Amino acid sequence: MSPPPGPAPASAAAQMQAQPLPLAEQFTRGLAAPICLTWELTYACNLACVHCLSSSGRRDPRELTAAECRGVIDELERMQVFYVNIGGGEPTVRPDFWDLVSYATSHHVGVKFSTNGVKISPAIAARLAASDYVDVQVSLDGATPEVNDAVRGPGSYATALRAMENLAAAGMAGFKISVVVTRQNAGQLDDFQAIASRLGAQLRLTRLRPSGRGADVWPQLHPTAQQQRQLYDWLVARGEQVLTGDSFFHLSGYGQALPGLNLCGAGRVVCLIDPVGDVYACPFAIHDSFLAGNVRSPGGFAAVWRDSPLFASLRQPQSGGACQSCSAYDSCRGGCMAAKFFTGLPLDGPDPECVRGHGQTALAAVDGAAAPRPGGDHSRRAGRSPRPVPVTIGARPPDDTFSPAGRTARRIPDHACDQNPLAGFDPGTGSSGDPGAALHGY
Amino acid sequence: MSTDPLPAAAGVPVFDLDAAWRLHPQVSLRPERFGALLYHFGTRRLSFLKSPALLAVVSSLAGEPSARAACRAAGISAADLPAYTAALARLAGSQMICPQAGA
Repeated sequence: MSPPPGPAPASAAAQMQAQPLPLAEQFTRGLAAPICLTWELTYACNLACVHCLSSSGRRDPRELTAAECRGVIDELERMQVFYVNIGGGEPTVRPDFWDLVSYATSHHVGVKFSTNGVKISPAIAARLAASDYVDVQVSLDGATPEVNDAVRGPGSYATALRAMENLAAAGMAGFKISVVVTRQNAGQLDDFQAIASRLGAQLRLTRLRPSGRGADVWPQLHPTAQQQRQLYDWLVARGEQVLTGDSFFHLSGYGQALPGLNLCGAGRVVCLIDPVGDVYACPFAIHDSFLAGNVRSPGGFAAVWRDSPLFASLRQPQSGGACQSCSAYDSCRGGCMAAKFFTGLPLDGPDPECVRGHGQTALAAVDGAAAPRPGGDHSRRAGRSPRPVPVTIGARPPDDTFSPAGRTARRIPDHACDQNPLAGFDPGTGSSGDPGAALHGY
Repeated sequence: MSTDPLPAAAGVPVFDLDAAWRLHPQVSLRPERFGALLYHFGTRRLSFLKSPALLAVVSSLAGEPSARAACRAAGISAADLPAYTAALARLAGSQMICPQAGA
């Protein structure tokens, strides 16, 4: 620990209670280092989820080597980044994955990793359960095999359940079950909770983003307005029992804010390092417009975080644009930057899933085909392992397919949307007027 | 200066200002412009210190025989002490700080 700073000014308490900016505002101005960051270790994946944020499938030959990864971890330790959310691709298919996890935790960088469960054997589960500094998220996008496998691929439900049973049997209490809420599974929230309760796990729900391959399926898979409202009510009723990665802050426009900081942390409190070392503002924004630099450049990650012009601009006060006059703006803050970007909406306009319906109006006015395409496609090549197009899920009309022709055979990984670091955030310290409620992100 | 224990405010546990405290060994503390962030690797919770002065107090805890002495070392006036006591109570309640003896 560094030596204690010198004596505080006499007006310290007054300063505490009349601080210049609310905490959320402080955070939007950027932190000295990320609280946590998402680090996708590989684009390789055994699955091909239709909504993969990073369009994963094939390993990229330029991926960071184990030595380079250790160098990044050393930097994160120096910067006191508290933990990394490791994803992919499927990170556990990297042969050096477990060594890197050990390296990170022995260097005071906590690890939460997201997996589809493929490598979580009883032996691995026992090893994970023995570490205080490692947390695991198993992705599951349906409470039934039919709903899950339509999105994540045949057999993926069974793989995930087996992994979760192994974790539970090993005594890994409180591991996470991570669900991307879709039109098909939005009616299964109680069923997901039942699975989590049975296995001693914690449920984590995150938002479907039109990022990566998700851009292609978002129009069909994103929850309906009615489902969004039900989701919001369900989350409000459960409070902190269910994690959200702060990903539904656009729903705060309904009224009461959900637990969490309810702000976009992109480039301010979080960011993404992709498998080749590129640093993006957030895991949902893999596109040149949100590329801040590369960890291989001089100065490494620290210089990107500190000096990137992109991040500097994100840390400036943002214009609410068309949303500024809306009474919900103070709570929803205009929603998700990546969701707007990849649906072709202006960044200072409404979120495509604006609870007041402004997003639908805005979407109708833009040419969706002209929306920016996600960058860096590592999907497996079509024809390599074709999969059937799911056409009979839920109540969707039979012609409502997830993927346009030509993309249906792409393979992807799942990836956890574990992005927001505000897990277990306790804003109660230091000031009157704080509710003392925990904010949690993931 | 009164040495009576502070009454517990709503939701805030009583805090023993005359005991010796320290940062919990599983907590990482990072100074920030507004104060500091704390992360507890055991509970996986994040918290923060809302002022540089509170950071000074928390940073002094381990080297002082009591929390009261740490506040004094950090230049906290008697009038400001209740606010800092409440903040320390919250930190103790979330295990961000712990008694030196129990560490």
